[in-house]
Amino acid sequence: MHYYLDFERPVAELENKIEELKRLADGRDMNINSEIKKLEKKARHLRADIFSRLTPWQKTLIARHPERPHTIDYIKLLMEDFIELHGDRKFSDDPAIIGGLARFQDIPVVIVGHEKGRSTKERIQRNFGQPHPEGYRKAIRIMRLGERFRMPVITLIDTPGAYPGIGAEERGQAEAIANNLFEMFNLRTPIITVVIGEGGSGGALALGVADRVLMLEHSIYSVISPEGCAAILWKKDNTNVGQQEYEKASDALRITAQDLYELGIIDEIIPEPLGGAHRDYKGMAESMGKVLKKHLDQLRETPLDILLEERYKKFRTMGVFKKE
Amino acid sequence: MAWFRRDKGSASKKVKVPEGLWIKCNSCREIIYRKEVEKNLKVCPKCNYHFRISASERISLLVDSGSFVEIEKEMESIDPLNFKDLMPYKERLKDAQQKTNMKEAISCGKALIGGYPVMLAVLDFGFMGGSMGSVVGEKFTITTERAMDEELPLIAVASSGGARMQEGMLSLVQMAKTSAVIARYKERHMPYITILADPTFGGVSASFAMLGDIIIAEPKSLIGFAGARVIEQTIKQQLPENFQTAEFLLDHGMIDMIVDRKELKQTLIRILSLTAGSSKTE
Repeated sequence: MHYYLDFERPVAELENKIEELKRLADGRDMNINSEIKKLEKKARHLRADIFSRLTPWQKTLIARHPERPHTIDYIKLLMEDFIELHGDRKFSDDPAIIGGLARFQDIPVVIVGHEKGRSTKERIQRNFGQPHPEGYRKAIRIMRLGERFRMPVITLIDTPGAYPGIGAEERGQAEAIANNLFEMFNLRTPIITVVIGEGGSGGALALGVADRVLMLEHSIYSVISPEGCAAILWKKDNTNVGQQEYEKASDALRITAQDLYELGIIDEIIPEPLGGAHRDYKGMAESMGKVLKKHLDQLRETPLDILLEERYKKFRTMGVFKKE
Repeated sequence: MAWFRRDKGSASKKVKVPEGLWIKCNSCREIIYRKEVEKNLKVCPKCNYHFRISASERISLLVDSGSFVEIEKEMESIDPLNFKDLMPYKERLKDAQQKTNMKEAISCGKALIGGYPVMLAVLDFGFMGGSMGSVVGEKFTITTERAMDEELPLIAVASSGGARMQEGMLSLVQMAKTSAVIARYKERHMPYITILADPTFGGVSASFAMLGDIIIAEPKSLIGFAGARVIEQTIKQQLPENFQTAEFLLDHGMIDMIVDRKELKQTLIRILSLTAGSSKTE
């Protein structure tokens, strides 16, 4: 049984009907089989139609879909010989960030990403992918190994944001994020970032200074969550904001891969299988692997001095204003 | 009408304080005579709370009189997302411009501090909460580049709620941009000093503000990444008494020192005399 989002209901009904027919027919009744084929085609069209006009809020829900592939899944599907590394060497190990050394299509790489966790128990253990300062410090420590051993760095972004808590503030959440931004500009090895789900504000950007910033088709990347933005900007006295305001905020913030490509914030959109990454892990990983390999090949041929200069220029030129 | 009925209208009129003559301290809640506060560099004479001050007040407090030469004064936002919540962003900008007499939330320029030439960038909380959008990021970056070109110390005064929502991701990436230029600046041998004033949060604290070689805070200023309300809602616990104050950050090793407003300039001069001694113009 799949987990369906509200706007998928028409297609969900159809797919449940197909399942039922399949069980009844058991592959023998030719009449039912052709009926199933017809319905499957209809379901595909319906799904394609729904997914071709997703609103930013619907994309937000897909980006957070409980079955969406996570960093751990991409490591399994795309990498070999993964050696997980732990700890920031200063305070502790943050399970909201996962990282280590691996082999990607015969190239040794460093891989670091947010990990939200799958089961309830694991989600709690990984703090729903919301890192503490030690998570960011661990991330940069592992990335530094990439520089030392001349391995490109791949980072995967998937977080609601940096964790807002007492310990996080005590141990310098702001400093930890700032330091990652700072250090990633000096990192003398290629860096590729892929936003695979939710790119939540500074807690996402702290892994996102890269030579190439890519986004999956239905992922989002935002300065603040639509809910957070709505609560601040759409709140009238004494009324609570709800889905309607979340929709307005997610429209206004321009958080989709398509918007951000237009705004020049990201370099490429990686297409997802029909119905979203969670419908076909393997297909998604294949699609991502191809794009990663292409950029990795380009970046590995670029001399490091030029690479760093271009990384600087890429971010230096971001922003829109009137100079007069 | 019953004789005992309270007339709400006249009661509220009675307690109304004459506009602008008195102010209430944000920290100790005392009602203080405004002139007294202003004479005291906008510091509460009762509890030493440092009131928020405008960028121009801050600049005149820190630099040698008449030495500030502003750069990029006219740069302004063009509302790149055409953002509209309950009020269009363009209108919010216009309001802020009228209120502060500034085009944007940061004022940058070259100045002398105790005879030392420096580049200075000062955020103004009065302009949309000192939030960082494209213009703040760009002006900060230009100021830092100028400091590199001229081999000058760089001083930034932060007072900000964080990134500006109304410019979406264009605001968020200013965190990366300002950190990038600081990474370059730090290859030189000049100091980058940041002064954190009340409040310094979010995208500003998590970028150039916390990257200072030397970080100074004003007493009792609130400094952090996430706002206290968000934290309280998340962890459903009461926060410790002095949570996210300058004193709390000093205790936790996040800043170098807390300096009273009246001693800020002298402190800067002492640091400059040790770190930028050769650059002084006689």
